[in-house]
Amino acid sequence: MPRHYYWIGLSILLALLIPYLPNPFKGESLFSDFHVFQFTLVLIYAIALLGLNILTGYNGQISLGHGAFYAVGAYVGAILMDKYDVPYYATLPVAAIVCLIVGFLFGLPALRLEGHYLALATFGLALAVPQLLKYHPLEPWTGGVQGIVLSKPDPPFNLHESLGLSQDAWIYYFTLFVLLIMFWAARNMLRGRTGRALVAIRDHHMAADTMGINTSLYKSLAFGVSAMYTGVAGALTAVAVAYVAPDSFNILVSISLLVGVVIGGLATIPGAIFGGLFIVFTPNYANDISKAAPWAVYGVVLILFMYLMPFGVWGAILRGVRALEKYRKTAKMGQ
Amino acid sequence: MDFVIQQITSGLAEGAIFASVALALVMIFTATEHLNFAQGEMAMFSTYLAWTLINAGVPYWLAFVITVVISFAGGVTIEYVVLRPLARAPVLAYVIVFIGLLVIFNSMAGWIWSYVLKEFPSPFKAFATGSNLIGSHQLGVIAVTLIVLTALFLFFKFTPLGLAMRAAAQNPVSAKLVGIRVGWMLALGWGLAASIGAVAGMMVAPIVFLDPNMMAGILLYGFASALLGGISNPAGAVLGGFIFGVLQNVPTIIERLLNINVIGNELKLTFALVVVVAVLTFKPSGLFGQVRIKRV
Amino acid sequence: MSTLLEVKNLHAIYGQTRALHGVSFSLEEGGITTLLGANGAGKTTTLRSVCNMVRTEGEISFAGARIDGKATEEIVRLGVAHVPEGRGTFVHLTVEENLKLGSYTRKDKAEIQADMELVFRYFPRLKERLAQQAGTLSGGEQQMLAISRALMLKPRLMLLDEPSFGLAPLVVQEIFRIMRRINQEEKVSMLLVEQNAALALDLADHAYVLETGRVVMSGLADEVKNDEGVRRSYLGY
Repeated sequence: MPRHYYWIGLSILLALLIPYLPNPFKGESLFSDFHVFQFTLVLIYAIALLGLNILTGYNGQISLGHGAFYAVGAYVGAILMDKYDVPYYATLPVAAIVCLIVGFLFGLPALRLEGHYLALATFGLALAVPQLLKYHPLEPWTGGVQGIVLSKPDPPFNLHESLGLSQDAWIYYFTLFVLLIMFWAARNMLRGRTGRALVAIRDHHMAADTMGINTSLYKSLAFGVSAMYTGVAGALTAVAVAYVAPDSFNILVSISLLVGVVIGGLATIPGAIFGGLFIVFTPNYANDISKAAPWAVYGVVLILFMYLMPFGVWGAILRGVRALEKYRKTAKMGQ
Repeated sequence: MDFVIQQITSGLAEGAIFASVALALVMIFTATEHLNFAQGEMAMFSTYLAWTLINAGVPYWLAFVITVVISFAGGVTIEYVVLRPLARAPVLAYVIVFIGLLVIFNSMAGWIWSYVLKEFPSPFKAFATGSNLIGSHQLGVIAVTLIVLTALFLFFKFTPLGLAMRAAAQNPVSAKLVGIRVGWMLALGWGLAASIGAVAGMMVAPIVFLDPNMMAGILLYGFASALLGGISNPAGAVLGGFIFGVLQNVPTIIERLLNINVIGNELKLTFALVVVVAVLTFKPSGLFGQVRIKRV
Repeated sequence: MSTLLEVKNLHAIYGQTRALHGVSFSLEEGGITTLLGANGAGKTTTLRSVCNMVRTEGEISFAGARIDGKATEEIVRLGVAHVPEGRGTFVHLTVEENLKLGSYTRKDKAEIQADMELVFRYFPRLKERLAQQAGTLSGGEQQMLAISRALMLKPRLMLLDEPSFGLAPLVVQEIFRIMRRINQEEKVSMLLVEQNAALALDLADHAYVLETGRVVMSGLADEVKNDEGVRRSYLGY
């Protein structure tokens, strides 16, 4: 569908322009460095959410523990940068591979689990991670409770002098670049045989098995790839936030990721962006509604979405578009 | 030797609490075939209600009973208002809603009562056990848990209502076809689970101090216990709780005997996780649960 | 002989699809009526409509009182036992528990006990398997269990959805023989949906033939059995 690509192109263009959008009233940038930083977080979460979506949306395996992979990716990146002076861009492939393996390994026992039980096991994983990160003998690497402080990278080739590009803006573009590659890769995978196999396993496991699909392999791989995406997002966080600490990776991160996937839209790729927007910006609005209980608002929104928009924002948009097209078609036929 | 016995008895006492939480979880699972991730937070919230009553001068056991009754009503209401509209939604939708509830209860508690730790009284302090191997509260907790368990066991196994609840959970359509009012059964299940959770909360609060986050780890231990014992079996879940309670102290005992310090107290949650995964992988029906056979 | 079940102009709707278009039939107390038809004709839908398990329009009356729109469990409590497609056994419960559930709504303990004995006389195999998990029973045994559970309700009307489905011919014969006994000895009226037209027409006294949600023929079972069209389409000769 050519129209499809038009929308993608437009969104990418818009994304590219964000740090430079002028404020019509003041003549300077519309978005401050902090805002750009927030948009970077949106992109990072989008990558993490896409990862979770591959596992839960497309393959039907519920994970309440993706915060664990996020943490692993972040810590791998942080340790490489802090202890081994690895440049920030090189930490991503390493984090990716480590998380791919860790995810795949977790996927193996997970093969025996379904539905609630899998949710439970992953819930346990999410709860256990902060404890593991604070574990005394590992402190020389993880920095214990204090975590690891890093420094933000500078734009290369002196771009910050020639183009006035701030650190935050550079990180934003870098993240956008990574996101585009990863989204493109995911799209190809999910549209092809792999994607169909994953969905077949989700919709009717036994039938998929009898059709000759190696369900065990696909399910473990789904876990691995999903963890890889979320791990890369974690490594990007280490770069963008320049700080990692055990308590930033508690159960709430895992919950936020699941929330983001559901709100954005299960088994959709653009949904990840909406999910990211939700995760990053809702706490602000929730805080406005109730200073002391923003999470209560979060919880209520979550439940309401299940009743009103179970297919997420993107799902609702798709349905709206389809309904519109149907209407237009029947209107045309009536003429 | 004293040390070992103390570790075992404290393990049993903690195990009693895990057993209570496990019971509540088995309750909901039995009634609805769902695992309620918000169970811990609901129990915590109930405990805060009890604290408010006690602080206002209500005698302990009266506050206890009132809290249990209110929790029952609360559980029924939640089932009716929040879960009934979901009806035949997929598992993921339920998980999301439970997480939503978890988050709501947690923040509301923090908002209403703040995050400052509070003391919660134990009704058993009046009785001295005359032994330094086990404390009075610990003994009391174990006793309460066993009483609740026995009552529930008898209820499910031998009463028509208990049987009807099990049937309604497993096969709501067939249950309707024998005249069971399935909606009431679900609500009843939730009410019972909420009450049991309240009891668990009130038993644990004197030990760990009342705080909005007190149940998160305990919830996981409760799950681990329920799975270990068998999620479909109330007695098994309780046994699982006691076993798990002692089990988590075994590394400490061994290390003390060998004079080393590897795991210590820091990795208890990880230990729980490992137990959960191991049980689910090798014996999903738990030690005492019914093995569920699926005929295609 | 009064009319026990009366269905007038019944429509049934699944989502956007209308599965029944104005079906009408009735069943006399003490009789056995069968609904015949090919796959997708709407037979199962009709049974489910009687119990309000599907969205309906039209009138359904049981023992003179309207039941359309009532909750399934309330209809059951009036004396309608439904043996559904696929048996509907509580697979994780024991055989005994399944039977006990059949009598859940009854209060008369002595009579319930007597009915259990009755069930064991009809199906001795069930007595041997009382403590067994129902899901491990064979197809035939599960069908026996399903019918027994319905009997434990002490119903006035039994709805049976394809009791012969997936069962070996000998087992089916045994079950149909017992169904005849139940009808005659316990005075339970039956509405039987069957694909096995020959068997059904032997058992029933009245028959209706459904095609794509409409009644296309009705009459005494013997007449329907001898009808040329029915013989060719459903009886194979």
